[in-house]
Amino acid sequence: MSDMSWPLYEVFVRPRRGLNHVHVGSLHAADDRMALLAARDLYTRRNEGVSLWVVRSSDITASTPDEKDPFFEPAGDKVYRHPTFYDIPEDVPHI
Amino acid sequence: MVQQEQSALEERFDAVVAAEQRIEPRDWMPDAYRATLIRQIAQHAHSEIIGMQPEGNWLTRAPSLRRKAILLAKAQDEAGHGLYLYAAAETLGVDRAELTEKLISGRQKYSSIFNYPTLSFADVGVIGWLVDGAAICNQVPLCRCSYGPYARAMVRVCKEESFHQRQGYELLMTLMRGTEGQRRMVQDAVDRWWWPSLMMFGPPDGDSPNTAQSMVWRIKRHTNDELRQRFVDMTLPQAEHLGVTLPDPALRWNEERGSWDFGEPDWSELQQVIKGNGPCNTQRIDRRRAAHEDGAWVREAAVAYAAKQEERNV
Repeated sequence: MSDMSWPLYEVFVRPRRGLNHVHVGSLHAADDRMALLAARDLYTRRNEGVSLWVVRSSDITASTPDEKDPFFEPAGDKVYRHPTFYDIPEDVPHI
Repeated sequence: MVQQEQSALEERFDAVVAAEQRIEPRDWMPDAYRATLIRQIAQHAHSEIIGMQPEGNWLTRAPSLRRKAILLAKAQDEAGHGLYLYAAAETLGVDRAELTEKLISGRQKYSSIFNYPTLSFADVGVIGWLVDGAAICNQVPLCRCSYGPYARAMVRVCKEESFHQRQGYELLMTLMRGTEGQRRMVQDAVDRWWWPSLMMFGPPDGDSPNTAQSMVWRIKRHTNDELRQRFVDMTLPQAEHLGVTLPDPALRWNEERGSWDFGEPDWSELQQVIKGNGPCNTQRIDRRRAAHEDGAWVREAAVAYAAKQEERNV
């Protein structure tokens, strides 16, 4: 009975105040509320988090591995975006 | 042309694996790599789920509230481990419901260790110490498995397994400080679980045809016999400290190898248990099937409730 199957959710945990939510895994749940409760029981049994996000996997838009190289290419040749691109004499302080 | 593309993909896959990088779900991978992982991760997940049963047997008869709370937490962890692993398997394109179906119809296996009965409360301690100890030996190298989602699931599992092993050992230490009868209970449990624990590492290297390929793919890092030896070497001092005897007359320290020599497990017994003829095979699968079928109305009700809520929100 495939129409009885529960949708997949991705789970994100904020480990402590001051840190970003990080993806920790996924789970199946019938609805958002159940996903949140299941995420608590599954991914924070030992105080691993202070905040949880759950989002339906089907609602995530992702880049595809096939276009990996062209997709990220715009950043590839812009070395001048990095501080180490610039030569500053060693005796100039605090820079 | 297609051939060329295929070999380019294969080359890239091999290079990523050889460079100790991780393969991620949507990367190209050889069909056999995918099939091997699905089989292994599903079997691993099934083992965690079935593994709740032998110890669950003692939940209502734990001797104190403290032991009961610990045992409940442990069983809950095993359920969690099963779910992490099913989620990892699903990233390879299979469906959890389909894997459950394969388990209860006998088309996929779980670890043969869970087909042995738990006859006394000392078994709970010995399972934590030996069975989870052996599982840790198997699982720690899997944290570096080439498939990202499996490796990450194993990191979580390993963190939690340490609690399982320590609670078991502590339980046994407590019994060993008790009465003569309690010490006999521990020794009896050790006698029954020692050989099945050694069999958890699988058949000897000569009879393990998939090992070589799995090592090339960096799914496996060590052979069955290497891991078995590591487990024996780790366990001997623990047994000594506990004051129990391991039921193997061939156990002796080998100065030259810097390792313990030990006897050969009865591989025909392992074959029998894998074939379904262990003491509890039928009982374990029947229980799993009943839980699945008896829970069907709950799954359906949850879907109906979700649909109703959605309608209301429109």
